[in-house]
Amino acid sequence: MTGTGAPAIRHAVRMTPRLALSDTAGVAKRNLLRIWRTPQMLIISAIQPALLLVLFRYVLGGAIEVPGGKYVDYVVPAVFLEAVLIGGMTTSIGLAQDLKSGIIDRFRSLPMARSAVLAGRTLADLSRSITSLAIMVGLGLAVGFRFNNNLVAIAAGLALVVVFGYAFSWLYAAIGLATKDPETAQVAGILPFFVLMFASNAIVPVSDMPGWLQGFARNQPLSVTVSAVRALMEGGPVAHWAWQSLAWSASILLVFFALALHIYRTSAS
Amino acid sequence: MPGSMIEVEGVGKRFGSTVALAGVDLSAEQGKVLGLLGPNGAGKTTLVRILTTLLKPDAGTARVAGYDVVADAGSLRSSIGLAGQYAAVDELLTGRENLELVGLWYHLRRVEYRRRAGELLERFALTDAADRLVKGYSGGMRRRLDVAASLVANPGVLFLDEPTTGLDPRTRNDLWLFIEELVASGTTVLLTTQYMEEAERLANQIVVIDAGKVIARGTALELKDRMGGAVLEARVRDPKDMARAAELLGALGEGQPRANPDQQTLSLATKGGTSLLIEAGRRFEQECITLDDLGIRRPSLDDVFLALTGAPPNDHAISQLPAEPVEAQR
Repeated sequence: MTGTGAPAIRHAVRMTPRLALSDTAGVAKRNLLRIWRTPQMLIISAIQPALLLVLFRYVLGGAIEVPGGKYVDYVVPAVFLEAVLIGGMTTSIGLAQDLKSGIIDRFRSLPMARSAVLAGRTLADLSRSITSLAIMVGLGLAVGFRFNNNLVAIAAGLALVVVFGYAFSWLYAAIGLATKDPETAQVAGILPFFVLMFASNAIVPVSDMPGWLQGFARNQPLSVTVSAVRALMEGGPVAHWAWQSLAWSASILLVFFALALHIYRTSAS
Repeated sequence: MPGSMIEVEGVGKRFGSTVALAGVDLSAEQGKVLGLLGPNGAGKTTLVRILTTLLKPDAGTARVAGYDVVADAGSLRSSIGLAGQYAAVDELLTGRENLELVGLWYHLRRVEYRRRAGELLERFALTDAADRLVKGYSGGMRRRLDVAASLVANPGVLFLDEPTTGLDPRTRNDLWLFIEELVASGTTVLLTTQYMEEAERLANQIVVIDAGKVIARGTALELKDRMGGAVLEARVRDPKDMARAAELLGALGEGQPRANPDQQTLSLATKGGTSLLIEAGRRFEQECITLDDLGIRRPSLDDVFLALTGAPPNDHAISQLPAEPVEAQR
């Protein structure tokens, strides 16, 4: 050998929160390096919400009436949420790719914390979502969107968007692990996106929808978050929607964190 | 006193209705190489996945480095290294980043894994490429990096799942030398391979599995002795003569020969020695069958394998060898 002495039989170090954090930071570093080295992916994941923004603003915008305000101020906060949801889809595709390439096998044979591969991945992907969100803010302002509230409220609104996106990235992590294939993961990931986006108050007011749809469309996680974010950015009563949004995000995070971890632990066994 | 570093007793695994392993027993002593041979689909990789905690066995017990694969999975993972047949390295990271991150995940201290990464890069002749992205590495370089990654923590037990499949002869030889060094320093290695030459060179003990069962075990020599005697081999010049030549050899009373139409050879396990060789030569002459070669040789492990499993270890193992390694693009 290279002068390192006899090979080692080790007792596992007891997994502590500090070690789990260090493992997670290692995975996050790995994924951030990957994101940094494929900037084209960053652009591609920003193009979709940008196209939707232009579509809603200029193609549909003229035909949709919203109560008490301009349509651009109505729809742009929803585009912010689209941006982080689309960012979350990269989590499912990335995890499916890692499963396919065999790198997850290596991870699973290492004494690292079981949650680190998933937590590191979602945290690194969050940086992509935040970048995408920043681009949408700039683009929104360029097409006539205006904030009509104080800075603290605006920051709180953006934070709510980020929290919502992070919670959903765990749903996407579960999809990626369950499908095990990047293409399937991509197709499967679009489903929740479409349901949440179109059966909601994101693009058109719920009051224009048939009665049977209104209950779902008014109370589903994306709608309450859009309502809260609109109120924080444009003014209006906030608390009711903000609490509901946080409750949804927390529940989605917990449920899909547990589910994704379960699939990760038991996959292929 | 060296003890058993790998102990497998009655391990079974099924996927749905397919039985991948049907009660496998084996063991490997410290500082030895256990060669696991078997045709594709025999269950080699399933066994490696069980021993590296990637799969749970349905039946039996298995211990690696003294740790149970189910109950002590955490400690077990700290004591093993795994290099798979698919180089599991990250393309968008540099060679050094790949190794250092693995060290972090083994919970080595930063100074330790940095030093270790540097040493391994040097040992595997990757120092010049250390800070380039793996994306630009050749197949051989990736494989070397993959094996290096499995050694970052200097593990007591190393699992090499077909480590040299698809490598050019020179890189393969380098890897063999390195594995020998590792074993000399006390590492226990479980090696799966399709190359008889590899098993013969590296493995102290060989276990042959087929359809999830152990069908033979022993040293390479012991396995060959089982064949008894030698192999008479004839290479016919004209492929049209193959059938007649087979009939002729069968008539020698030593059993039926095995034909390899691609190479136009026939081989016959025999205890007959040179007198049989001369008799065969005379009859070929009488029948006017032109030969390119006729001789008697010791059985190779390939012959053993063929006799045991009824199939070559890998029908296209030879054609899989790449002619030349693809060199790094940058």
